Amino acid sequence: MAAWFSDHAFEGLKNIIPAYSSLTVIYDPFLVKTLYQPDSTVYDWVKQLLQTAFEHSDDISNRAVKRHQVPVCYEGIYAPDLGSMAASLKLPEEEIIRIHASTLYRVFMIGFLPGFAYLGTVDAQIAFPRKPQPAPVMAGSVGIAGKQTGIYPLNSPGGWNIIGRIPMKMFDPNAKEPVWMNPGDEVQFCPVSVREFEMQQ
Amino acid sequence: MSLTIIKPGLSDTIQDTGRFGQAHLGINAGGAMDPYAAGVANMLAGNNQCEAVLEIHFPGPQILFEQNALISITGGDFTPMLNDEPLPLWRPVVVRKNTVLHFNKLQDGARCYLAIHGGFCVKPWLGSYSTNLKAGAGGHQGRRLEKGDELTFRENTVYFAGLLKEGRELQVLNWRVNIRRVYEDPHEICFTPGNEFKELCPNSQEALLENNFIIHPYSDRMGYRLKGAVLKRKEENEMVSSGVNFGTMQLLPDGQLIILMADHQTTGGYPRIGHVITAHLPKLAQLRPGDNIQFRCVDQQTAEDLLYSQQQELVILQRACHDHLNELVC
Repeated sequence: MAAWFSDHAFEGLKNIIPAYSSLTVIYDPFLVKTLYQPDSTVYDWVKQLLQTAFEHSDDISNRAVKRHQVPVCYEGIYAPDLGSMAASLKLPEEEIIRIHASTLYRVFMIGFLPGFAYLGTVDAQIAFPRKPQPAPVMAGSVGIAGKQTGIYPLNSPGGWNIIGRIPMKMFDPNAKEPVWMNPGDEVQFCPVSVREFEMQQ
Repeated sequence: MSLTIIKPGLSDTIQDTGRFGQAHLGINAGGAMDPYAAGVANMLAGNNQCEAVLEIHFPGPQILFEQNALISITGGDFTPMLNDEPLPLWRPVVVRKNTVLHFNKLQDGARCYLAIHGGFCVKPWLGSYSTNLKAGAGGHQGRRLEKGDELTFRENTVYFAGLLKEGRELQVLNWRVNIRRVYEDPHEICFTPGNEFKELCPNSQEALLENNFIIHPYSDRMGYRLKGAVLKRKEENEMVSSGVNFGTMQLLPDGQLIILMADHQTTGGYPRIGHVITAHLPKLAQLRPGDNIQFRCVDQQTAEDLLYSQQQELVILQRACHDHLNELVC
């Protein structure tokens, strides 16, 4: 549906936010009313477009999906919560890593911070609740919250349990595309050593 | 052709009408908290509505004008002074080179806007001049203004010097704006019901409409936390996150409301009780911690009609300001 809106943008369309089970359309009611002069409220006019987008979403859904191979270092200081998770889940750390890196994830939504990608679905064996209190998290950290996994784009307080870190930036305001992941993309994590991680940084 | 920050205020940032088309990447719109005041400041200064302005909170900054300039200050009343002379709000004012703008006392409102004829020379980021503090991008180096920062004007405003009478530091130009309608009944905030409004218990729905809510001190450009009647839902089920907007009223787990403001996150997982109507965001943005809010529920048609008439007046104002200025310089 989001793709349909990108192809059929109207004047006054300000933002399209796809999330897990919703699509939010933000629009400028004044511009729409002035330019398209709908008989109904602008709200109903946009709602009708959403209905059309829904009906046509199948036509576009088989569009090529981008797949990202993302290196993750699951070791040492880059995985501060892996030990406690392993103890709690009664699973060896290697097994958590293996399970986390063997699933092909989908970007369900980007939100919270610029470039914070919510990925799923995490294998039930390693699903893990959030921390009771948020703790400082470094940019690039890969965390788990329930059945979601995600990557912190910036240093930030966060409640997710951190099991690794990626060497590249999720968000770079100076880049041509500040965020290179998009909702709907696929992500495959590949474990790398501390040495490889630091070389790629 | 610039101004210099002699002393920074509490939080002075460059803002405009917002950054759009990036919310799906987690990059929010941002922009002026009171878009009406920011837009009018621009028009009075002879700009279009989208130009970059300076958003100022109290205590305000001290600003040295290094050049004669046509400016306008709108929004909250912090008693702006040019050297020792009061500077009127909501008016176009020519100020003399080497004068200092400062703000004496918080009279009314929560933020004010300074527009300069021609706008500030700042680089747009993703199509907007607004400062995104979290991303450290946009505006002036992605941050609040600091001591010694110099903001260059895009246009040479030297030709306004002729309007300054000898021995005077400022000259107020003779057109004004009637803003009464936008800010009247400052505490009455209208909303349209959100997706989860009906999930509220019937007595919580009543409580929302019948009680006053107070803006909590822990309120900022990201959101206004409210303190008031505890609202309960019929069922306390967890929700999945979805997109949210400037004005979205979310119900926090402790039964209190938060209204998302200009720097809100793009997505949220709390129940959406309502959405403050766009026409009332300007007056909401001028309320401060400790102020009261009385909510009133309206339908889409009412919300759109109010916004439409507000925006129509702006279109007329834009034209009028343009004509006045043309007459003056021709």
